[in-house]
Amino acid sequence: MKKVIMVTLLLILALPMSLQAQDVVELTMGSWRTEDIEQWANILEVFHAAHPEIHVNFEPTLNTEYDAQLTNQLAGGVGPDLITCRPFDRALLNYQAGGMANISDLPGLENFSDVALGAWSTDDGAETYCVPMASVIHGFIYNKTLFDELGLEAPTTESEFFAVLDALLEAGETPLGISTKDQWTTATMGFNNLWPNFCNGEETRQAILAGEAKFTDECFIDVLESLAAWAPYLPAGHESIGYADAQQTFPLGLTAIYPSGSWEIPLFNDLADFEMGAFKPYLPDDKDPSECSISDHVDIAIGMNANTEHPEEARIFLEWLTTADFAQVFSDNQPGFFSLSTHPVELSDPLAAEFVSWREDCTETIRMFDQFLSRGEPGGNQLMNENINVMIQGGVTPQEAADNIQAGLDDWYYSED
Amino acid sequence: MRSNNIRPPWHVLVAFIVPALIIYTVFMVYPLFDSMRLALYQQQADGSQVWVGLENFIRLFNDERTTDFDIRFINALLHTFIFFAIFMLVQNPMGLFLAGLLSIKGLRGAAVYRSILFVPTTMSIVIVGWIWTLMLNPLWGIVSDIVAGVGLESIIPKAGWLGDPNTALPVVTLVGVWQYIGMPMILFLASLIGIDDDLIEAAKVDGATGWDIFWRIKFPLVLPTAGVVAVLTFTANFVAFDNVFVMQGTQAGPSFATDILGTYFYRVTFGGASLLPNTSMGATIATMIFFIILIGVLFYLFILRPRLIRD
Amino acid sequence: MTQTKHKIIHTAPPKSLRDRIAGVIPYILLTGYSVVALFPMFLIVINSFKDRKELFRTPYQPPIWFTFEDGFQILNTFSAEGYERVFNQSPVLGYFANSIFITGVSLFFVLLLGTTVAYALNEYNFRGNRVLYVFMVVGVMIPLRLGTVSLIKLVTSLGIYDTHIALILVYIAKGLPVGLFILSEFMRQVPGELKDAARVDGANEYWILFALVIPLIRPALATVLVFQLIPIWNDLWFPLTLAPSEGVRTVTLGVSSFAGQYKQDWSALLAALTLAMLPVTGLYIVFSRQFIRGLTRGALK
Repeated sequence: MKKVIMVTLLLILALPMSLQAQDVVELTMGSWRTEDIEQWANILEVFHAAHPEIHVNFEPTLNTEYDAQLTNQLAGGVGPDLITCRPFDRALLNYQAGGMANISDLPGLENFSDVALGAWSTDDGAETYCVPMASVIHGFIYNKTLFDELGLEAPTTESEFFAVLDALLEAGETPLGISTKDQWTTATMGFNNLWPNFCNGEETRQAILAGEAKFTDECFIDVLESLAAWAPYLPAGHESIGYADAQQTFPLGLTAIYPSGSWEIPLFNDLADFEMGAFKPYLPDDKDPSECSISDHVDIAIGMNANTEHPEEARIFLEWLTTADFAQVFSDNQPGFFSLSTHPVELSDPLAAEFVSWREDCTETIRMFDQFLSRGEPGGNQLMNENINVMIQGGVTPQEAADNIQAGLDDWYYSED
Repeated sequence: MRSNNIRPPWHVLVAFIVPALIIYTVFMVYPLFDSMRLALYQQQADGSQVWVGLENFIRLFNDERTTDFDIRFINALLHTFIFFAIFMLVQNPMGLFLAGLLSIKGLRGAAVYRSILFVPTTMSIVIVGWIWTLMLNPLWGIVSDIVAGVGLESIIPKAGWLGDPNTALPVVTLVGVWQYIGMPMILFLASLIGIDDDLIEAAKVDGATGWDIFWRIKFPLVLPTAGVVAVLTFTANFVAFDNVFVMQGTQAGPSFATDILGTYFYRVTFGGASLLPNTSMGATIATMIFFIILIGVLFYLFILRPRLIRD
Repeated sequence: MTQTKHKIIHTAPPKSLRDRIAGVIPYILLTGYSVVALFPMFLIVINSFKDRKELFRTPYQPPIWFTFEDGFQILNTFSAEGYERVFNQSPVLGYFANSIFITGVSLFFVLLLGTTVAYALNEYNFRGNRVLYVFMVVGVMIPLRLGTVSLIKLVTSLGIYDTHIALILVYIAKGLPVGLFILSEFMRQVPGELKDAARVDGANEYWILFALVIPLIRPALATVLVFQLIPIWNDLWFPLTLAPSEGVRTVTLGVSSFAGQYKQDWSALLAALTLAMLPVTGLYIVFSRQFIRGLTRGALK
């Protein structure tokens, strides 16, 4: 009897915890940016002040689980009201499956370029499903204080790069802070950093899409060989160190150079107590510096769940994302994420400004496998992640990695054409 | 005592049996069989099912496309057997050993020890997995310190415990062993305590030592329990997922070295970092696991158990 | 008989030194393994009270410690910043509410329905009785996880994906075979005369089960409770696949999620783990004797 009473009491206690105030509409926002909880709290404060009848809850999920979880939730007709969208294929698949709402008629979309909108619209450009938010630029962030102490300069060519790495190694430092426990890191932040310079940026990417270039071409083999040469400069036990751990080691001063991109700036600003600098991805020794190319990747956008219970309020939020107010508060809180809107924005963070300055010197492209190449099985990103990671760990040669990637894509992408 | 002559009113039978039967059939029996049915189809992008017969099963053993389902399946299968072997060779004998210690007559504080040793088993694998992942992380170096402390520095892998393909799976498995050792311990303890004291006293009179008593009397009498423990370990290991998921993620790295059938099933069904979900292949994998478990259980019921009890 | 026993004890030889050392060995081994069992938790708890830089530097040192270098000094590295961040950023209480609700309701119905079926199948003789029993008990050996692909489709088509009820129904289905198995053993031990006498007095079957039999099998109910409580509370698979959103998240899934979120923030991560350990470990410490007793009884079946 006592047990029955106890259980009943517990049940009664547990139920009311899900009741909320009825006059404020609660929206949930899903994302893979677990690093941004505090930053979004600040951004949302501005929104809540302007729209007190809506309350948005930022609820990120671990980035390796986010995509699968979202797809399943959308398939089940549930999921967050506001959805942070990956660019191109991944979000397109969710839209085509009916999980996301068509927002082509949202006022404010005219504040974005066609390139930006293209990443979150159907192939014919007719339907848009996410409001573009920011792009990120790939590069190398380094410990400027340490470099100054050791009398080192930021490298621009491949040999300069490896010379710096050797000097750091000799000084007893761990030169590179990238790790290989999470499969995607060396692929996204190694391969995608380097190939635009070693090959010909956007031109090469278009050629690959058209089938005129192959991953077994010489410039790609050069990229892979350069990447494979990073292995001795990685932290000890890097096969056990995950991305999140690596993100901590650099700002805590345990590693000297962090191959990555501008999206790390908010976190690093928080943790680092030394001066940071950034340098462009290095060029092959024989390349003309004026032909450089950077990965300026349209990265992140926000859309809405087709099955949300509060479509009106969700649209109000999405509209706010198209305004100059948002662009500014976002850039203030997320230096390193460059607003895709055409509104002029002031950048106060020096590191972010450094990244942005590269747009003036170099042409731009995006990450290789995000558009079209990851729609089938085996997807381009998957092939890249698996093969490049193993290559750095010494499991396959650069040639083998290139062959595998090409073979995987030959199997569906090129055979359909 | 069954009252054989009772014919209860029909509504009693319905009220007592039907609700449970419905829930059990709808939420347990049906999904298991329906999954097997779904393995015979390939789901399309719009959710419709296209009949492919045994093609999915063939792909698990010989995948002509570059998706490598066959390589991953055999890989996962092998790893699961290793996983099971480590459990059988480490967890169960140690559980028996600890139970043996706890069952010593007149052991002071036996209840306290028993409670302490069972604590890891009560915790969720999520907590246990994270604690050990942190302790194994080269940035913290706790486990490496301890191993070096006992002079075994040479076995510390350069890539870190969870990063070296050779050590990752054993280490993840041993964490599971560390956690669940309480279960066989309790089961063995129960059966050891149940052994008649007279039997032991009589043996002592005959001059048997503690060791003799253990091997000649206690061990044979706990064999049936050992059988139960073995089959339960088998069933649990072949769907194990949590251990690897918490410590290595769904990618089961390094390079799929910690991929077992449970994680392979999850990854294929739900997709991974860049892998698209393929529920049909997932159902196929689940069906294969089901048959493997079925064979194991039948082996236990009809071959192992009769032998153990007869002894 | 008893006299013989007394004789044996009295004539036991006095303990030699070797015997005494041998007698201490079990204690050494058990204490040693107890350290192995508890050390990891100890480490997590003490480090949850330090800030990020400190816990990397001195993992083995408790947050408030002392040293004898340069005279007696207190070393204070205490910091609750991890806990602050966890409480600010996670709906911890909500997760507990979900777990309590789901586990409680599931256990209630496993006990209720398990009892009624166990009673009916063991009490009444009717065609198909045996078949039904085997049908329902077979589920003990087959993990329900294998049916997940179909389960998700089922739950979605019933419109209960991502809800408490989906998990509850799954846990009931999972718990019934074991419950039925254990309860049947106890049902058979209830004397028939008691029930027949009640029937003669005009009692109906419902009354016999609920007012007469159930109080007699209380230990069995406790056993089933103990066997199912921890697996349901600690389950990760079904919350992950059937009910992942924050509103319905259980503690186990919640810890896994915010452990993932705090991967960059070891102080908060350790604080989260410590908090997650508290309820179950606390419950276990308070009820450990009943717990083990229940498991042992179930094991003997």
